[in-house]
Amino acid sequence: MVNPGKDQHMSPTSPPGTAQDTAGIHLAVGDRAPEQPRSAGAAMATENLHVYYGDFLAVRDVDLQFDDRRITALIGPSGCGKSTVLRCLNRMNDLVPGARVEGRVTYHGTDIYGPGVDEIEVRRRIGMVFQKPNPFPKSIYDNVAYGPRVTGAKDHLDDTVEQALRGAALWDEVKDKLKQNAYGLSGGQQQRLCIARAIATRPDVLLMDEPCSALDPIATSKIEDLMGELVQDFTIVIVTHNMQQAARVSHSTAFFTAQPDEHGDRVGTLVEFDRTLKIFEDPADKRTEDYISGKFG
Amino acid sequence: MTATDTARTTPARALTPDRRRRDVASTVFVSVLWACLLVAALFLFYVLITIVVSGVSRLDANLITQAPSTIRPATAGVQPAIVGTLLVVGVTALIALPLGIAAAIYLEEYADPRRWFNRAIELNVQNLAAVPSIIFGILVLAFVVRAPLNFGAVALSGSIALALLILPVVIIATRESLRAVPREIRDGSLAVGATRWQTVWRQLLPAAVPGIATGSILALSRAVGEAAPLILVGATTFITFTPDGLFSRYTVMPVQIFNFALQSREAFIPLTYAAILLLIVILLALNGTAIVLRNRFARRW
Repeated sequence: MVNPGKDQHMSPTSPPGTAQDTAGIHLAVGDRAPEQPRSAGAAMATENLHVYYGDFLAVRDVDLQFDDRRITALIGPSGCGKSTVLRCLNRMNDLVPGARVEGRVTYHGTDIYGPGVDEIEVRRRIGMVFQKPNPFPKSIYDNVAYGPRVTGAKDHLDDTVEQALRGAALWDEVKDKLKQNAYGLSGGQQQRLCIARAIATRPDVLLMDEPCSALDPIATSKIEDLMGELVQDFTIVIVTHNMQQAARVSHSTAFFTAQPDEHGDRVGTLVEFDRTLKIFEDPADKRTEDYISGKFG
Repeated sequence: MTATDTARTTPARALTPDRRRRDVASTVFVSVLWACLLVAALFLFYVLITIVVSGVSRLDANLITQAPSTIRPATAGVQPAIVGTLLVVGVTALIALPLGIAAAIYLEEYADPRRWFNRAIELNVQNLAAVPSIIFGILVLAFVVRAPLNFGAVALSGSIALALLILPVVIIATRESLRAVPREIRDGSLAVGATRWQTVWRQLLPAAVPGIATGSILALSRAVGEAAPLILVGATTFITFTPDGLFSRYTVMPVQIFNFALQSREAFIPLTYAAILLLIVILLALNGTAIVLRNRFARRW
């Protein structure tokens, strides 16, 4: 599989982060990110990425590297194209009529827009969590089991579901009501259920599109803690409006903004991409500095 | 406290102006609305009461067990028309529902709206829903009853005419139910690596079933009450036997009622009203089922 170390890590005997998350609210987020061990180079990268919606250029010339088992944050004001870039990474933009991608998006060196690449296979390896928790109108169990079922991995389904729920720090809260409808969960629980659903297919990369913007601070803090656990097994790319969140959880940060082009159309542009610490303490670009210091955006 | 109250007396007075003129206007308006409602309701009740009063004497077992007869109208019934309606509308459902639901899935989930032929299909479907029903009768008469298919004036021809008639309604109802499923559900399904087909089959259709069922039942109840297209494709015959298959001669309830109404003898009058009452009961039962389905299973996202 893509991630040999994960099976062992997600075994029921060593639930990642569960004890800590359920014992109380872990508020001491912060410098957890720099402690992360090992990075085996880039899991994904974009080269000269341009994204069009019809004739409209939405994002231009993005070069990014997403290090393996690191958290990369994409930040910037509304309309800067950060979500567009994120949705290119697992070809979710294919679903938008008229969307077109130029340049390369590589996954371990393979262009995911290259000939012969199956977008379904891409999405099985590169999972996604959305802005608004979007559980299916099914039971908690069926939500998590959905991915394995559609991908044909139906063996040991109970174990897979349990591991995914433990991995998303939700198992202890839902283990007695797996058959209940997921809509009965709180917003934060629903979002962790969506994370469990995303990791149940054992992807390699996890894309998160503003995963906390619909949640209260306590639920947000739980998700942030969870990301610190998940990054041991997954490469995470997170889009966030919340600069503090980017500073707390990510290793690298890419700052985007919308620049008017020669016709006056606002085009999403990558301004600066560096280690998070550098971006927040010593940004190279004036626009980055203005944004993170609250002068605009 | 007192000081504050005094200071605020003047603005507070603005909240209690002379309301009489406004009150008169709204009373008049509400009265007009009530009057309109009353006219519609009174007319409906008048019709219903007339039917019940005139038909109740023939609301007996003979009505549903006996065949129509020109010789003994006092004991005649509409049994062949009941069976004919069930047969024709049942086959209509078998034809129209799979076709309509499949067409709606294509238009809603697969068709690229920027392609001209998809837009043309869409426009046509919407226009077909507004085509007078007798046109479908003429169409089926020309192509199904006669050459090239040459089925003759049989139950299957009637089913085809009704299926064509309700197809646009089924398509539109299904598309609306599919569209009501939020995009987040599609995204969530596709993002875990489900194919489009898996997403349709496992997420969208189950979520849309209540809406599809409601729309389909309403469409079928329209088919039950339809007479015009069937008159053209063979339901006119005054038959006295139960249809025994798709290629049997047939009649249906509305056409049977029409036939009874043409009879000149006194004894046919209560029989006609009783048959109308039976048809209304069938339609109310169908519509009631649709309402129950919608209220019980409709999902609020």
